[in-house]
Amino acid sequence: MGSINTRINMSVIVFADTRGEKVAKSTLETLTYGRKIAAKEGGTVTLVTFGDAPQDRLGALDANKVVVARNIGDADSQQLTRLVADLAGKENAKWIIFTHDDTGKAVAPRVAAKLQAGEVAGAITLPNEQGHIKRNVFSGKAQAWVELKTPLKVVSVLPNSIPVEAASPGASVEEYSGDLGVAKVTVKETRKAGEGIPLPEAEVVVSAGRGMKGPENWGMVEELAKELHAATACSRPVADMDWRPHHEHVGQTGVAIRPNLYIAIGISGAIQHLAGVNGSKVIAVINSDPEAPFFKSADYGIVGDAFEVLPKLIEAAKKLNAER
Amino acid sequence: MKILVLISHVPDTTARIAFTNDNTAYDASGVQFIVNPYDEWYALVRGLELKEAQGGTVTTITVGGAVTEPTIRKALAIGADDAVRVDTEPKDGHDVAAQVAAFAKDKGYDLILAGKETIDHNGSQVGPMVAELLDLPFLSLATKLDVADGKATAERDVRGDVEVVECPLPVVVSCAKGMAEQRIPNMRGIMAARTKPLQVIPAAATEALSTTVKFELPPPKQAVKMIPAEEAGKLIELLHSEAKVI
Repeated sequence: MGSINTRINMSVIVFADTRGEKVAKSTLETLTYGRKIAAKEGGTVTLVTFGDAPQDRLGALDANKVVVARNIGDADSQQLTRLVADLAGKENAKWIIFTHDDTGKAVAPRVAAKLQAGEVAGAITLPNEQGHIKRNVFSGKAQAWVELKTPLKVVSVLPNSIPVEAASPGASVEEYSGDLGVAKVTVKETRKAGEGIPLPEAEVVVSAGRGMKGPENWGMVEELAKELHAATACSRPVADMDWRPHHEHVGQTGVAIRPNLYIAIGISGAIQHLAGVNGSKVIAVINSDPEAPFFKSADYGIVGDAFEVLPKLIEAAKKLNAER
Repeated sequence: MKILVLISHVPDTTARIAFTNDNTAYDASGVQFIVNPYDEWYALVRGLELKEAQGGTVTTITVGGAVTEPTIRKALAIGADDAVRVDTEPKDGHDVAAQVAAFAKDKGYDLILAGKETIDHNGSQVGPMVAELLDLPFLSLATKLDVADGKATAERDVRGDVEVVECPLPVVVSCAKGMAEQRIPNMRGIMAARTKPLQVIPAAATEALSTTVKFELPPPKQAVKMIPAEEAGKLIELLHSEAKVI
């Protein structure tokens, strides 16, 4: 795609966080989203990014052009907003697409406000025939179709909503040289959360609640998570009792997650907990109480004691890993 | 220190979700409304803690009709000094932000605090939009917040790590779990809230940049497939071969 050089009528800007060890799946999803809109409306895709991702990684992305601002980070949303707004003007953008992640949530609304563009926050579909876009509302208990009334449209795409489509990579890479001003927000320190897979990025999550009876019993939960390449999570009471760190709390007031698989052990499934996990593609529930409300929202269920069920799951997961 | 806290009026976390007017509006009949939990537990309580430690005022602002006033009184009962209600039914997230910015622009707030999202619209839009409209820096998804020497310091969970960030005041902050503990209003607070100032101001003229054309409920979930506890290992096989998620 990189060599196509026609008269540019309009463009789609895709803002992406390309830092880290490799390009995140959510970035490829957002890029797919932008490419589909560009294909439908006859435009080109310009991917805008920042930081120190290697040139060959950026050049391998499937966009017409990649513009990278090398000397800024993610903390100052004003600088990132200036970057995107400047390029949106230069590239005659009609759409600006973000990922609805930590960075996108801070920058997309700013860009929309700066450019007086309508925004869909957390899109879960492409525009339909009327141009309307669907998003989750009421913490996933309902959805809304949104119409953007402005010529320039801003969308942030909810991770794990749009399947990645392979295309023909090969972008030209340019370094941004404009003036983005001084960063007011600066990073003083970054503390690694330690071992394990970060919860918001995990495709499989193993979560446990009060049914585990005490923090000393989490070894089995962690072992199952390790075998399934999963992140660990917990319910609110467990975080409140300091059995587990607060960043593991999923639910209405904790972290909302949308993994492919959510395994809940000893969690009853209160509505506030469900609000944080009901975007999961598949839910498996293990609970000793057959009346636990969580079974109503589950795809798979086991009524049984966690201390008897977990060893069987770990053994089966080890067997599966040995076979593949 | 002058602190402004954005308070949203939302259906209770356990409220029934149904729609009316051909699925174009939320059916609020019989529904209990509350202060948006992120606004209350984290933004408002942290604002009050900072005021108690360092002096200053905490004002709340809500964009909505008279129906939101019991929710605003609850925020006053928890401890805010006074409240502002912008008298309009907001058209979208941008409209809320535009109304807040129009009020706040010449008031000299040091800190503007908002919950990280509301539990009805879940957009996470209003905080960063207010920051942009006021040309202020924005601390996103903060789990800790302190103020000293004219600077705000916050912690945020980013990609699984904890980032410590610093920024000169004034600043807009979106507040997430960890920042403070819920406060239950006491009788004195509830009594005092009745007479605290609640100023109603007319809305600034705005145009809707987006509109919700239709709501829908998710399709009903298929019946759960139960696996006997003695054959628990079968779950792993089914997740692999049938659901194809591991």
